[in-house]
Amino acid sequence: MNFKHKFVFLFPGLFVLIGILIFPIIFTIRLSLSGWNSYTPEMNFIGITNYIRLFTDDPRFWESFFRLSFLSVTTVILQYVIGFALAMMVWREIKFKRFFRVIFLVPMMTTPVIMTVIWRTFFHESLGPVNDLLSGLGVKPILWLSDPVIAKFTVIIVEVWQWTPFMFLLLLAGLLSLPKEPFLAAAIDGASPFRKFVYVTFPLMAPISIGAIIIRLIEASKIMDTVFVLTSGGPGTATETSSFYIYIKGLREFQMGYAATLSFTYLVIMIISLTIIAKVLTKLMIKE
Amino acid sequence: MSKLYTFLKYFFITFWTVFVVAPFLWAVSTSFKDFQSVNSKVTYIPWLDFEPTLEGWRVLIKSPAKGGVDIVEPYFNSIFVTCTASLISIVLGTLAAYALSRFTFKAGFVRNNDITFFFISQRIMPPIVLSIPFFIFLSTIGLLDSLLGLVVVYIVLLMPIAVWIMVDFFNRVPKELDETALIDGCNPYQAFYKVVLPNSIPGLIVAGMFCIIFGWIDFFFAFILTFTEVQLLPVKVVALNSSITPWWSLSASALVSVAPLIIVAFIVERYLSKGNLSGALK
Repeated sequence: MNFKHKFVFLFPGLFVLIGILIFPIIFTIRLSLSGWNSYTPEMNFIGITNYIRLFTDDPRFWESFFRLSFLSVTTVILQYVIGFALAMMVWREIKFKRFFRVIFLVPMMTTPVIMTVIWRTFFHESLGPVNDLLSGLGVKPILWLSDPVIAKFTVIIVEVWQWTPFMFLLLLAGLLSLPKEPFLAAAIDGASPFRKFVYVTFPLMAPISIGAIIIRLIEASKIMDTVFVLTSGGPGTATETSSFYIYIKGLREFQMGYAATLSFTYLVIMIISLTIIAKVLTKLMIKE
Repeated sequence: MSKLYTFLKYFFITFWTVFVVAPFLWAVSTSFKDFQSVNSKVTYIPWLDFEPTLEGWRVLIKSPAKGGVDIVEPYFNSIFVTCTASLISIVLGTLAAYALSRFTFKAGFVRNNDITFFFISQRIMPPIVLSIPFFIFLSTIGLLDSLLGLVVVYIVLLMPIAVWIMVDFFNRVPKELDETALIDGCNPYQAFYKVVLPNSIPGLIVAGMFCIIFGWIDFFFAFILTFTEVQLLPVKVVALNSSITPWWSLSASALVSVAPLIIVAFIVERYLSKGNLSGALK
C-alpha cells in the first residue's frame, strides 16, 4: 500500500548522493584515458597508455601502496588492542570513570591536521620536548622526522593517538550493550577474569569488533592529513602513501590524466581488498 | 595476582591519560612563549622556565594588516560549512534510512541491504580520488573557492555517516509504533514526523554529532577546493606552519580551533553512560 511513499523517503538522499558523485566518477574514468597534463591541458584520447605506464613503469606507486597497507594495518591493530583494553578498564566501576571516559574520547574530536601541527613541534628534533626529556635520561636525540624508519613510527604514534578513541568509543558502546546473563553464569561457575574474557566477553564482542575494525581500516586507508603536515611524505619517500603520491602527480605536477589513472586503480584495489578483509575477519572471529 | 592486575590497570590508565593530555599541555605552554623561549632551549613551565607573554593570543584578534592572524572569518566559515552540510545530510540521510528500515525495495538484483551498502560505502572513497574531478567540476560551474561548493562536497562525506547510524537506529525502533499511527489514521508522512521522529532523538543527536565531528575535522577538501576567497579553519592554521613558524600563535590558534568539539566529548560520554549510544552505534 505504501508503494509510492517509500520512494518519497528514499529518493531525495539517494539522488543527491548519486547526483554529486556520478560526474566525478565518470570523469575520472574518462580522464584516466587522456594525456591531460600542464603542457596539453585537454581531454584527448590516448587509450590505456596510462594504465600500461602504471603497471609496468611506476614502482613508486606500488611502494606507496605497500607503505599505506603497512601503516594502516599496524595502526588499526594497535588501536584495536589499546582501544579494547581501555574500554575494558572503564567499562565497570572504577574511580573517576566518567573523567577517564571523557579524556579517552577527546583526541578524536580534535582536527587531525591541527593536532599534527602541534605534534610536529612536539617531536621537533632540537626544540621539541620529547628529545629534551630523553636527553635528561641520557638518551641521544632521536631523529623523529628525518630518519626514514623512525618517521614511519612517528606517523603511527600520531595516528594511534588520534584514532584510538574512535575504536574505544565503538567498543565501549558495544560492551555496555552486552546482555548480563552470560556474565552471571560465568560468575556462578567461578571463572577467572582471564577465562571470562576469553570465553564470554571476547566471543560476544566479535561482531562489534569486526565492525569497528573494518570502519577504522576504511578510515585509516585514507591516511593523508597526518603525513601531509608531519613529514610531507619524507624523508625522501619514506612516509609517502598512495593518496599523497596521487596528490603530487595530480595537483602538484598537474599530470591530471595519469593521476586519474592512479586514482581509479587505487579505488578499485581499495574496494577489493576491503571486501576480502571483511570476509576473512568474519571467518576468523566468528567460529560457530 | 589481582593486586598486580589492579596496579597494571592504573598504570596503563595513567600512562594513556598522560599521552592524551601531553600535546595539549605542550600547546598551552607554547602559546605563552616568545621567540627567545622557543628558540634558545626547550622550556616547559611559565614563570619558572620562561617569562610568559600574551603575544601568541593577541595576534589572533589583530587584523592581518597589522601582522595579525585573522582566524575569526575562517572560524565562521568552518562553522557555517559544517553545520549546513551536517543539517542537509541528516535530513536526507534520515529520510533515506527510514525508507531502508521500513519498506522493501527491489530493482533487479538490488535489495535494501545493497542500497544501504551503497550509501555507507561512499566512505571508502579516498578523498584524493574525488578531489581532482571536483576541482574541475566546481571550477566549471564557478563554485571553486566558495562556501557553497564545499557544502556540496561535504554532503558526500557526511550523508553516509547519517545513513549508517540512522538505519541501525530505526531498526531498533519497534515497527508497531508506526503501524499504530497508521491505523489511527495518520498518513505515512505524519506517522514518520509525529511518531517515529520524536522517538528517535537520541539517534539523531548521535548522528548529528558524528556529522559535525567529521565535517569539522576535514582538511583535505578545504585545502584543495579553496584558495583565497574562502578559508576554513584547518587550512588557515596549517598555513601558519609554513616557512618560519611562530610556534606561539600556531599553538594558540590550534587550541582555539579544537576547543569547541571537546565539548562534544562530554556529550558523547553522557550518552554512553545513559546507555543511549549502545543502540545507536552497533
